[in-house]
Parts: sequence; C-alpha cells; structure tokens
Amino acid sequence: METVDFAKRVRIHALHMTSTGGSSHVGAAFSIADILAVLYGKVMRHDPQQPLWSGRDRFILSKGHAGAAVYATLAEIGYFPIEQLKLHYQNGSALSGHVSHKGIPGVELSTGSLGHGLGVGAGMAKALKLAGQDQRVFVLLSDGECDEGTIWEAALFAQHHALDNLVAIVDYNKIQSLASIADTIALEPFRQKWESFNWSVVEADGHDHDSLFSALSSLPTVPERPTVIIAHTVKGKGVSFMENTVLWHYRTARGEEFNLALAELEKG
Amino acid sequence: MRDRFIHTLCQLAEKDPRIMLITGDLGFAVLDEYRRRFPKQFINAGVAEQNMTLVATGMALEGHIVFTYSIGNFPTLRCLEMIRNDSAYHRANVKVVSIGGGFSYGQLGISHHATEDLAIMRSLPDVTCVSPTSLGEVTAATKAVTFTPGTCFLRLDKDKGPDGPADEPFILGRPRRLRLGSDVAFFTTGGILSDVVKAADQLALTGISASIYAVHTIKPVEPDRFVEAARSHRAVVTVEEHTIHGGLGGLVLETLADAGAFPAKFLRIGLDGCFSSVVGTQGYLRTTYRMDAANIAQRTQSLLSTS
Repeated sequence: METVDFAKRVRIHALHMTSTGGSSHVGAAFSIADILAVLYGKVMRHDPQQPLWSGRDRFILSKGHAGAAVYATLAEIGYFPIEQLKLHYQNGSALSGHVSHKGIPGVELSTGSLGHGLGVGAGMAKALKLAGQDQRVFVLLSDGECDEGTIWEAALFAQHHALDNLVAIVDYNKIQSLASIADTIALEPFRQKWESFNWSVVEADGHDHDSLFSALSSLPTVPERPTVIIAHTVKGKGVSFMENTVLWHYRTARGEEFNLALAELEKG
Repeated sequence: MRDRFIHTLCQLAEKDPRIMLITGDLGFAVLDEYRRRFPKQFINAGVAEQNMTLVATGMALEGHIVFTYSIGNFPTLRCLEMIRNDSAYHRANVKVVSIGGGFSYGQLGISHHATEDLAIMRSLPDVTCVSPTSLGEVTAATKAVTFTPGTCFLRLDKDKGPDGPADEPFILGRPRRLRLGSDVAFFTTGGILSDVVKAADQLALTGISASIYAVHTIKPVEPDRFVEAARSHRAVVTVEEHTIHGGLGGLVLETLADAGAFPAKFLRIGLDGCFSSVVGTQGYLRTTYRMDAANIAQRTQSLLSTS
C-alpha cells in the first residue's frame, strides 16, 4: 500500500490527539510515524479484521510514550474507528498516553516503563521458534531507552538463542528527555555496540520509506542472528519548529502553534 | 521444598508440553532431573532476572505456562515492575518461584533474606500468592499454580512443617486447620510452621490449648476461617519468617477488621521492621529475631496473661 500519505495522516491524527488531550510526546510520535507506516502498510503480515490471527507478525512499541502514533496507525489501517482517536487522553478512555492493550485491538503489549519491550519480544520470538512458526516480532525502541540495562540483557538473550525472527528498530533521533543523547548518556559507537552483541545491524533513514522498506523487506538479514535497524530520525519530524528540539518532547501545540503545525503537515 | 517442587514439576511437564522452566542461572544439581528429561522445556536465562521475567511473559503470551526460578528476592523484588506491568497486567501464565523464603539462606547475608516479598507480592493485582508450610502443600501448590490462570508467586522454604491431617485438603485460598484448640489460634505461613507446632506442644504442657492454621495461600483468601478463629479463641497470633508489616500479620488483621471480627488479643510474630543483618542458620536467626518455638510459646503466654 501507499505509505507516505499514510504516515502523513498518522502525524495529523497525533497532532490532533495530543493537542485535544493536552498531552506530551508529539515529537516522539512524529519521529516514528514513517516507521509505523512502512511496517503496517508494507512489511508486517497482519489482519485488522482478525487482530489475534495466529499467523500475524507481532509488533511491540517499547517506547510506549509515543502511543498516540500507534493508535493513529491502527485506526487508519482499520483496527478500530478513527472516530475513537478523539478519546485519547480523555477521562475514562482506553487510549492512555502510553500505549495500552486493554480494550484496543491490535496492541500486543502495554508499555510505558522503558526497557520492557525487547525482552518480551524475545520471549515471543523464542516461543514462535520452538513452535516452528515463521512469524516475526518487531520491537520499536527509543534511543534514550537504550540506557536501560534490560535492553542489553535482552540483546544478549536474543543472540544466544539465534532469534533471527526478532527485529529491533531503534528510533535514533538523538534527543532524550532533557538534552541530546550525546550530552546525557552517550550511545556512540552505537552500531558497534549492537555488532559486538552479535546482532545484524542495518542503518536506515527513518523517514525515507524506500530506505526503511529496503531494510525491513529481506528478513532475516543474517540467518540465526537478530536484526537491529538503527533508524536515523528527526524528533518532531514534519513540523519545522518542532524538529530537533527537546521542548517538543513535552509541549502541546495549541492555538496558533497548532494551526501552523497542521498547515505544515497537510502541505507535506 | 525445592526438591519436591521440581519433582512435581517433572510430573506435570511430562504431560503438558506448554510447561517451561526458566532459571536465572541457579539450581545446580537441583534441576538436573528436569533438565535431562525436558531439555526443550528448559531455558537458563543467565544472571539476568529481569529479562528472565520479560522472556517468560513473552512466551506465556504465546501459550506457554512459564515458571521463573531463582533465590530469595531475585525473581520477585528485582523483577517487580516486570511482574506488575508485563506478567500480571497481561494476565500472562508466569509462575514466579522463589526458593529460599525468609532466612532459608541465613548465612549468606541480607541480600539473600526474603523478608518483605509476601507483603510486596500480595499487593499486586491479579497475582496469586502461595507460601506452602509442608511438603504435601508444595505438591498441591505446584499443581495449583500450574492450573490457575494468570500470574502466580510460589514461595518455597528450606524448612517445612508437618503435613497435618489428610482430611484437611489443600484448597487455594482456604487456610488448613492442622490442630483445633480453644485458647489461642496460630496462623502461620511457610516452613516456620515447624516452630509453631513445637510452640503449641510446649504451651499444651502449661495448659494452654492452641489451634494451628496453615495459611498456604496469601492471596486470594477466604475470610471464614480467620473470622471463626477470632471469635472462638482468646487470642490470635500470626507467625511468619517475614516482616510483620504487610505480610501475613497484615493480611489477617485486614481480613478480620473488614469482617468486623476483632480478636480479644492479637500478636504478630515476625521480623519487626528491621533488616536481619545477623549471620546464622535459619534456626539461629529465628531465635535471634524472637520467632523460634520457645519465643513463640513465651510471647503467647505473656499475651494471654495480660489483662
């Protein structure tokens, strides 16, 4: 399916959702919109009519704070009515700020505390391997999340068990909660870290759909090795004044800021 | 208790290929039979308990019944958020097994004393908490957690008490009455039942008649037996190799207060808000922290003799 316009609609939904709800993390949602569009639009085997179809590829948003983008993606592709996105962050809503599986078809795992998704994904991948199944497990991580020790516990486990059906995608926008990655807890040399853990590493432009599709379309990239896609991204991608800023990890677009942001997204 | 657990798990794993045992690199020799017989149902996650719990959750979500296995606080407190957010919230069939309840590993020091786990684990929603007092209860509890849907915590002890009468079956959530008396009702959990039985025997010599209840399930519990005992005895005493804050003592108090059944006298015996920093065997530490048979008997006598 066509994914560029899909990603654009995901961003527009995420802008509306975070603005209406008064929530944070719009920058993080924009950062992964293209990755989600390519995954759900072109790469993953899934069926919105049968969310628990056993043949589906599994997806876990380990960076749960970007939940708005996942809800928007699922609604856009038919898991639930787009109208429900208006409930995001509202009292009594199932659509919590951090992604939740309760009452939301298509979400495998509720997250929000960082560092959990890769280990659960590794368990799923191990079980699928034992069962002789060929489904893949995709886990989307944030770069700041890689400060968590459990990411590296899971990385060790996955390579030891040759989980080549496990794919980690790191949203490498190089900004974390208070400052840049480099000024917080430096991750570089990042590629070499994963390589030294015996993962197959592919770098991609996280906003170029051809680059992403190319990285994700021939899995496993190396037999018997888990793959990590280091997706170079821009936090706040799509709205010029949000891009590459720490501020828009938290800030909610309102009034004129909202109008300007929407105009930029619609223009594409 | 751990040997009985593994023996029972072997019997279950033979019939049910969904059963998976993941250890956090512990169980030298103890797990040999299981590993040999069920290599495809065994994983050593290495010294990485948090990932062990995450992997267990992922496998459980794919249809396995997964036991995580380690010592003391490692599979519980260290992995608390994984158990809460991942296993329990998703109602995953993860069965957290901790060997070394209380002072089982007394000489190894504070890191290996599990003295807050019952309080912490029982506060988690959708987590069944089981703490057997005897080998018979270990067998029954292992089967019960296997077939109880969702996340469970099984706390195993080095010590063990007597199995008690056969006509008191193990029913999840219902304390077993091992002895019927009239003056004091003891509620206890874990292997320290052995000291409670001895204390009750000592008290009998002084004319004090004690009931003993084995509270093998900490969560959920049926209130009936607690209420009935509070109303028919002069005193209720809880005994646990664990902090007195929030564990069995807290459970019994909460249950009685909720039911409006206030015992005339009440005493919680256990670790009183301190770290057990003394080194020693399980028995030595029970004496040090005033929860061995002699202390239980003496403290109960004092309680009954106060006006």
